[in-house]
Amino acid sequence: MKDAPLVLGIETSCDETGVGIVHGTDLLFDAIASSVDEHARFGGVVPEVASRAHLEAMVPTIERACREAGVALSDLDGISVTAGPGLAGALMVGVASAKALAVALGVPLYGVNHLASHVAVDIVEHGPLPEPTMAMLVSGGHSSLLLVPDVTHDIRSLGSTIDDAAGEAFDKVARVLGLPFPGGPHIDRAATDGQITIDFPRGLSSRKDMERHRFDFSFSGLKTAVTRWVQAEQAAGRDVPVADVAASFQEAVVDILTRKAVLACTEHDVAALQVGGGVAANSRLRAMAQQRCDDAGIQLRVPRPGLCTDNGAMVASLGAQMMMKGRPASDLSLPADSSLPVTDVRTGLPVHVDHDHAH
Amino acid sequence: MDTATSAITVAVHDGQRVLTSRAAVDARRHTELLAPMLVETLTAAGTGVEEVTHVAVGTGPGPFTGLRVGLVTAQTFAHARGIGVHGVCSLDALAAAAAGQGHEGDLLVATDARRKEVYWARYRCADGGVTPLDEPTVTKPADLPEEVRSLPTVGRGPLIYPELLAHPLDPSGTDLLDVDAGVLAAVAAARIDAGEAMPVEPLYLRRPDAVAPGAPKVAR
Ligand SMILES: [Zn+2]
Repeated sequence: MKDAPLVLGIETSCDETGVGIVHGTDLLFDAIASSVDEHARFGGVVPEVASRAHLEAMVPTIERACREAGVALSDLDGISVTAGPGLAGALMVGVASAKALAVALGVPLYGVNHLASHVAVDIVEHGPLPEPTMAMLVSGGHSSLLLVPDVTHDIRSLGSTIDDAAGEAFDKVARVLGLPFPGGPHIDRAATDGQITIDFPRGLSSRKDMERHRFDFSFSGLKTAVTRWVQAEQAAGRDVPVADVAASFQEAVVDILTRKAVLACTEHDVAALQVGGGVAANSRLRAMAQQRCDDAGIQLRVPRPGLCTDNGAMVASLGAQMMMKGRPASDLSLPADSSLPVTDVRTGLPVHVDHDHAH
Repeated sequence: MDTATSAITVAVHDGQRVLTSRAAVDARRHTELLAPMLVETLTAAGTGVEEVTHVAVGTGPGPFTGLRVGLVTAQTFAHARGIGVHGVCSLDALAAAAAGQGHEGDLLVATDARRKEVYWARYRCADGGVTPLDEPTVTKPADLPEEVRSLPTVGRGPLIYPELLAHPLDPSGTDLLDVDAGVLAAVAAARIDAGEAMPVEPLYLRRPDAVAPGAPKVAR
């Protein structure tokens, strides 16, 4: 156990090559190389393109993180890496690189869960996490509500999307509206000029759904509703009011997300809500979450946008927590596990995220 | 180290000879096996990580996911130790192994490229040395000219396509199937001595499969 270990974290679960360095609970530097532009013309992340970009960017990104943090690799106390969930081939590049660092430097390796890392990143932003914390992770890859008694050890999934991830819905609706990929920032921008004029459906909010899928989400019906609405306007020969559709769609997503997140906090008697993932950069989500948390007396924690999207700092932060709490290191035979639990758990059942063992 | 063929393989070479060499045939568990094998090989050689002066790695061609595990491991290890990393075409290492066993004359190296294709190149072996005759390529074995297919062949090609690649150099079909890191290290040591440029560029030979929305054409 060490007071403030110096940890380098590697994240390659999707299209960002992230390398972050933290000293205990202080972020020294977060280096990111993104292949998002290479995917833009395909309208989504192409796994092989992402994996190739990770290989090219890996060592240069490690180098840059160390240089900017003013740290020599030989100073490090530990290496942490996203072991899953994520794209298998992409994860393998990061895991193999992390192992090579651990072997070459003679320091322990911590394979960590990507979702848990999204929660742990807030420690370098806003200090120690209240225990328990409620975490809502919303991105192109996940939409989850997690009850987090201890981010290094015990994370329980209360619910997740039963179809599209929230960020995916933004991408698909952006395409329908002729806005570029990734859709999130473009819809957010378009919506600032629009009015909420259309009442799009809130998925899984009916009385019956609130029994069976209390903290689950569904965005595919919403996406279909937006598509139909736009097609009907076009069929009628009218111009599609892109800004109004963007604002109305965004409102529907943000409303259901924040409503369920705050309900989860009150029902589980949790005093702090943390929001992470790329969709947490959405300005309307931040504003509505703040409003509803204030009304309910809940502390809202949202890291800065650069730490909400996938990055290496979040992995380093969780690795440092693991070291400070004396959790056992991973074996060098750690696999990359594209479907590491917490994403595919059954609704509402408690799940123990086993960071310590690579089953 | 090399992960471009079906073996995950690591060796320690002292500039004169191979001290230790390890291999495991498991085309699906590169991420799990390579790092422990690296440690085990160094330990068996009695070599500390700080004593390693160069890293050599097979650059393929090979199935992408496994290939990258070897490349990123080699590059990161070398970076962390502040030493040089050198790339060797994995087919060169297979040809060198055949020459090292005394083969003379032309040789076909054909390895498994999956999707009913092989990675291949021809080499000329003489006095234990090899000269490449082709750039490595990926092809369906049936599309190779008869004079290429009739050459004595190493790599898994003959094992997978016995009808089309009917002349394995080792008739028992058990030897010279995959890269041996010891041979790769020896090739690398000789090239380092000769001052050759050895870029660590992956030989993918195929574009990524990706479909642009609205354009059903496969970009490859
Ligand atoms: Zn993420």
